[in-house]
Amino acid sequence: MKKLLILSGKGGTGKTTLAGAFVRLGRVGAFADCDVDAPNLHLLYLDLPTPKTSDYYGMGVPEIDTSICNGCGICEAHCRFHAIEVQKGYAYCDSFACEGCGLCEYVCPQHAIKMKPNVAGRTMLFTSTKENVFGMEGEISNSNSNDAIIIMDNPVERSRVVFSSAELKMGSGTSGKLVSEVKKNLNDSADEKETLAIIDGSPGIGCPVIASITGMDMVLIVAEPSISGISDMQRLVDTAAFFGVRIAICVNKADTNPQRTEDVRIFADSHNIPFLACIPYDENVLVATNSGKSIVDLGGLAADAIKTIFSQVKEYVFMER
Amino acid sequence: MIIAIPINDNSDNTTICPSFGRSPYYFVFNTETKAKEYMVNSAAQSAGGAGIAAAQLLVDRGVNVVIAPRSGQNAADVLLGSGIEIYRSVGDNLKANIEAYQNGLLNKLSDIHPGFHGHGG
Amino acid sequence: MIVAVLSGKGGTGKTLVSVNLASVVEGDSIYVDCDVEEPNGHLYFRTEESDKNVETISRLYPVVDSSKCLLSQNKDACAKCVDFCRFNALARVGERVQVFDQVCHSCGGCYIVCPARAITEEARPIGHVYDYKVGNTRVLSGQMQTKQAFGIPIIAKILEMAKGSTLPTIIDCPPGSACTVMESIKDADFCIVVAEPSVFGAHNMKMVVQLLRLFEKPFAAILNKYVEGAENPSETLCEEENIEVLHRIPFDVQIAHYHSEARIAAEEEDRFKEMFESILKRITRRFGGEM
Repeated sequence: MKKLLILSGKGGTGKTTLAGAFVRLGRVGAFADCDVDAPNLHLLYLDLPTPKTSDYYGMGVPEIDTSICNGCGICEAHCRFHAIEVQKGYAYCDSFACEGCGLCEYVCPQHAIKMKPNVAGRTMLFTSTKENVFGMEGEISNSNSNDAIIIMDNPVERSRVVFSSAELKMGSGTSGKLVSEVKKNLNDSADEKETLAIIDGSPGIGCPVIASITGMDMVLIVAEPSISGISDMQRLVDTAAFFGVRIAICVNKADTNPQRTEDVRIFADSHNIPFLACIPYDENVLVATNSGKSIVDLGGLAADAIKTIFSQVKEYVFMER
Repeated sequence: MIIAIPINDNSDNTTICPSFGRSPYYFVFNTETKAKEYMVNSAAQSAGGAGIAAAQLLVDRGVNVVIAPRSGQNAADVLLGSGIEIYRSVGDNLKANIEAYQNGLLNKLSDIHPGFHGHGG
Repeated sequence: MIVAVLSGKGGTGKTLVSVNLASVVEGDSIYVDCDVEEPNGHLYFRTEESDKNVETISRLYPVVDSSKCLLSQNKDACAKCVDFCRFNALARVGERVQVFDQVCHSCGGCYIVCPARAITEEARPIGHVYDYKVGNTRVLSGQMQTKQAFGIPIIAKILEMAKGSTLPTIIDCPPGSACTVMESIKDADFCIVVAEPSVFGAHNMKMVVQLLRLFEKPFAAILNKYVEGAENPSETLCEEENIEVLHRIPFDVQIAHYHSEARIAAEEEDRFKEMFESILKRITRRFGGEM
């Protein structure tokens, strides 16, 4: 199973829209949302089955036994994160500020503090035998443009469709671990016959992005034609290049700033990165998203471009190195 | 000579796991005694620094050689610093890779990625 | 008065609102870019690099004196620091302990648990903060060193720099609702959530609203890319959740263009200037403070 990861340096570039469209176009039976900070892909599906969930443990948090604590303040003095404070004679921990180092537990002369596992979120695995749960049945809208290519060439006889995702509790930081678990759930539960998996990555260049890149066959970067979008994209290419993963770039809302779109193309060319088709701004994208449809079902200029991009991506992802 | 390989399952039919630090198990194989073990990777549960902790486990286990598809810089520092050699696996077949290693067909892992820098807070 | 501008996801117009509000403040103001992972504010407030005050932000990292470390005598003698570190930032490598700076959280634990007093701490850079002025706006921004996963100390530093001032301050928060956002809104008197008209936007806005309610921050929403008459899940959410809508910024090709060119719309056209002035007025009135 080849794995395609969709990334964007900054948020709001249309990453999730593309992921949803690819799933629809390729009738992809294995996909995941690694944007664990703000998962959105599930919003495209209005009738999801109940997921199999599993608690995700972040760093521990101190539990203070107030029957033992004498409010000496040694823990407070040692905490570098200002997360523990003596109030009304007892130590009190601000779990949002706590990083879980466990030093308070170690220094407490009364042994009043115990580090306890802390549920920071959960993974969710949606499985269904019915493809239509993920909107994959039926013909794809054929819009008036003639160069649109319909790519329904691998109707897999699969036993199930799996969608792996996760959510974090408010204020919990992401970690490579949660992203790794989402990817692992996908790997473990996907039907053996699957040839392609689509993974919606997270924005930024931080640790969740790095964790999502490992094990991928290809990264598609969705860039935005703006000065800030380009600056973010460049940092992302730097990061992805480290991993030796195949990269391609496409531009969303390309016509909103043709000059910056050209800048992205020049950047891609000079770095020997394939520059795929450009997606124009299209109101249909918003209409489709808000009605729980894929843009390719609604059709239009953006849908046509996305179809072209998907056929290009498939060529690259299955290409032998 | 003790070899360790990150694997996906604790069974003979398992495949090599693409992640070094977060693989659920290691296949630990003694080339002299032929003893084999599916060692649980307790470090996979770490919120951060899994590669470092996993490498430490293998160092403490007395491993001499690691065969893996890739390794982070931090894990490699621990392994190489402890005199463990790292070889790049080819494909995901466990048995084939052990044989290839014994026949001198595997290359040393040279491109080491900069790691995850996981943040659990 | 300190106003924090947030959004559940990237690309909703958080920076657009922040830089324009900072720009239309009458007299001096402060613009704080807390998105230290992907700082963009400096692209809008441009000046020569040489005119920026740069300060390096450091953190304490452990340094192990191998000659004092008990491992130097016996490689199984001790592993107290390695065992203590919940971040796995230390490892026993042969006869010494190796420190991995990038995963270290600087908690100071290893230094305390070492029975041989072989560990000391040393400050090392993790990023920079910039302090400079463009027109009437003082710009405070920070940048993490690439792939440094810890933005909090840098955010804390730029907020501290802003704190000493009584000037109207606009804080451009990181996207999402993670710990970096909490740090950014800590001292805010009023918060603004910028949302775009999609189910994605509404979903993420909901999470930010939860956070703001938990921290009991007064807040209101700005609906960006607003199209009259079109379906707007974020607007629906505001109705359902009783969230005050401060303003509806209409979808406008020109404003999007200025923004994509890293130009401040309010400084380009009077109609945008008037719009952001009226938003600012509403905030001031809503808060009853001075701007």
